[in-house]
Amino acid sequence: MSPTETASTAESAERPAGAPAPAGRRRVRTAARRVDAGSSRRPPLILLVPACVAALFALLPLGYLAVRALERGPGYAWDVVADERTLQLLGRSLGLTVVVVTACLILGISLAWLTVRTALPGARAWAVLATLPLAVPSYVAAFAWLAAAPETAGFTGAALALTLVSFPYVHLPVAAALRGIDPAQEEAARSLGHGPLRTFARVTLPQLRPAAAGGALLVALYVLSDFGAVSLMRYDTFTRAIHTSYRASFDRTPAAALSVVLVVLTVALVAGEARTRGRAGHARTGGGTARPAIPVPLGRWRIPALAWCTAVVAAAVAFPLGTLGYWLAVGTSATWDLGGLTEAASATLGVAAAGAALTTLLALPVGVIAARHRGRGARLLEQAAYAGHALPGITVALSLVFFAVRYAYPLYQQLPLLVCAYAVLFLPVAVAATRAAVLQAPPVLEDVARSLGRSPLRVLREVTVPLAAPGVAAGAALTFVVCMKELPATLLLRPTGMDTLATRLWTETGAGSFAAAAPYAAALILLAAVPSYLLGRSRT
Amino acid sequence: MNDLHIEQLTKSYGPEAPVLQGLDLSVPGGSLAAVLGPSGCGKTTLLRIVAGFLRADAGTVTVGGRTLAGPGVHLAPERRRIGIVPQEGALFPHLSVARNVAFGLTGLDRGERRRRMEEMLDLVGLAGYGERMPHELSGGQQQRIALARALAPRPALVLLDEPFNALDSALRTGVRADVRAALRATGATALLVTHDQQEALSTADLVAVVRQGQIAQCDTPQDLYRRPADPWVAGFVGDAVLLQGTVGNSGSTATTPLGTVALAARPTDGHTGTVVLRPEQLRLTDADTAGAVRGTVTDVCFYGHDAKVTVSVQGLDATVDVRVAGPLSVGPGEETGIHVTGEATLHA
Repeated sequence: MSPTETASTAESAERPAGAPAPAGRRRVRTAARRVDAGSSRRPPLILLVPACVAALFALLPLGYLAVRALERGPGYAWDVVADERTLQLLGRSLGLTVVVVTACLILGISLAWLTVRTALPGARAWAVLATLPLAVPSYVAAFAWLAAAPETAGFTGAALALTLVSFPYVHLPVAAALRGIDPAQEEAARSLGHGPLRTFARVTLPQLRPAAAGGALLVALYVLSDFGAVSLMRYDTFTRAIHTSYRASFDRTPAAALSVVLVVLTVALVAGEARTRGRAGHARTGGGTARPAIPVPLGRWRIPALAWCTAVVAAAVAFPLGTLGYWLAVGTSATWDLGGLTEAASATLGVAAAGAALTTLLALPVGVIAARHRGRGARLLEQAAYAGHALPGITVALSLVFFAVRYAYPLYQQLPLLVCAYAVLFLPVAVAATRAAVLQAPPVLEDVARSLGRSPLRVLREVTVPLAAPGVAAGAALTFVVCMKELPATLLLRPTGMDTLATRLWTETGAGSFAAAAPYAAALILLAAVPSYLLGRSRT
Repeated sequence: MNDLHIEQLTKSYGPEAPVLQGLDLSVPGGSLAAVLGPSGCGKTTLLRIVAGFLRADAGTVTVGGRTLAGPGVHLAPERRRIGIVPQEGALFPHLSVARNVAFGLTGLDRGERRRRMEEMLDLVGLAGYGERMPHELSGGQQQRIALARALAPRPALVLLDEPFNALDSALRTGVRADVRAALRATGATALLVTHDQQEALSTADLVAVVRQGQIAQCDTPQDLYRRPADPWVAGFVGDAVLLQGTVGNSGSTATTPLGTVALAARPTDGHTGTVVLRPEQLRLTDADTAGAVRGTVTDVCFYGHDAKVTVSVQGLDATVDVRVAGPLSVGPGEETGIHVTGEATLHA
């Protein structure tokens, strides 16, 4: 947003008449006009009202969690928070986060450099393989390690599983930043007498810092909100403790208070992430590659480099798939509960479809306003919709449970509540997709439609929405996939007796029956792969 | 008729100097007026206010006697009956050419809509292109369809926002002529925003030069070029030779370093001022021709259809540009004579 804003201020400031227009002026001017087109109009009520509903909806869990935590007085909540056990949890959560983030930085940066900048054989294939772990839910990774090496349970297993599913969050932005750095800078450093290592450390690495920091914060957020891996590995962090406390006791205040602490942590991380993202953008604007860098020859490091890539991809992709295959093969038709599998699969598809539908519907007005209107109100709406980004699934679920028990008992442990949780959690996914899709359609088309006699509402229906439809549909497909894989909120909110693939996988793995768990993992991966495949294909 | 009247239009975007500062402009119905100005002069703001996408701080806009914007009045863009042709056409990419052109034809029944659509395609010389999608058209074709789409609902006024910018120069002349012919045929009043003085002079019936949010001069292309309101306008709409001059006793001539020149109009005040000539009003002669001023050629720029010869004249600080058609008989360093033809304007 900010570069276009700057452009528009520059446009509105009157330049002296006759002043020569600098080269490239026209492009800036068009961008400015585009923002101007939206900003001059207040969002129509037909968009504003549903957008406000969506924003309030997204903020409800956050607000209610606080209310609930303080219900028995701030003193009691403070006692829970200041308890020695809470501090212990904090230490364990942060410890796990630090270890996973460090490991992800090492894996992500090394793989990015090897695949982007060196003459690594098959560099492009390695780059694609290194993004695949994003598709593996943390609990599937945990299942694989537990099933193959039960002794990893605990800190080691949790750190392993989480690192191997989340290092692409560092790898992807760092690889993009590496591609954006002008190789001429490195050549200049070499010509000034720096060796290759010193050049990397003093010229390349500092420029990768914003990208790496952004990725690291995303990993930290992932680790703090993760429930699947830590609970299966029986390593107590906030999320697992919240779940245990909720299940074990009728006193709900400890669960609520712990949730608030966790939310404070994640909100701080999201704020940090937003800040580095802004700076990363600035760092990149100067760039612009004149020509691709000449790949660094690896020489005698070729074999070690290949071994490193093989090891990472093997551990992150081949190993979970292999373990899965093994347990599928070991399992006999006796351990296969075909009825249960189909039931869970259809339940998963059903709730995920409902979740994606509601989320997309709520995201539509927010996304359009975010793309077309400026001002504090529009920004607040968008930020509210992004609340789910900072809320771990378990806290959203808990808050909705509290809310339903108190104010909407008929909904307690009913499907609508679960679908609502999905909407709160994944609204950011759908809003981002909608906003990007609307931004793709030039606003001048809306101006033309207005001048041809269409009211704002009809312009929305006949021009904006049809043009944005493919992007919105892609967002819906993405939401569908993430709903399908969701675990903690589904565990807490699913109707009694209903199981999704994720919850069955979690239950069976937790009970150590890996052969029984394997078919659920396989079905989940297959079902999630279909929309992912379609998404990937439509983008190329 | 659909005359356009703009009075005292003012607009500012913030605490900075206003973009429009009490701009007045009148365009008779059925004519094509060009709004010409350097970038940042406020011409795009003017266009967006007339179209209804921006609100003016003050001032009125009326078309055919109907007030579109004024004190307490701000008609929504869809109720103004103003067609717009944006830069690069901006056709709806998800609709066929036929549906693009018919987009504004809402009140008609199907048959009439189809007839009008075909009539418009015919008008812009693209009959039979209705089933194509916008991306299957060339840039010039897209621009002509954009015009057909704007003209289809018989708007009272058409606004063209630098519509020829995206076209390469070979194509530009042809599309410009087509657009002009189509506008003539429908009799629509049109406002063409451009920063290209050649385009304004060759396309429009009237040219309004905008400077710092006001109209510096609004005239026919010929009058604008021959009788610019001030030296700035003279320099903006073409090459100009500026000389210091003293008005003669009769008031119809002025004495300048290039000799005595005839004035197009008697100056109302003052005896001295800046005399504005066009380079093609100067002729090169032999150095010793009687009545000619002597000078030395410092530079020659050859363009093909003509050439620009730069001459330094004694008693003048700046050099003088002379436009020469036909074969060149002088080169740098040679002596030449200069002799002035036609009438000049004098600005106090």
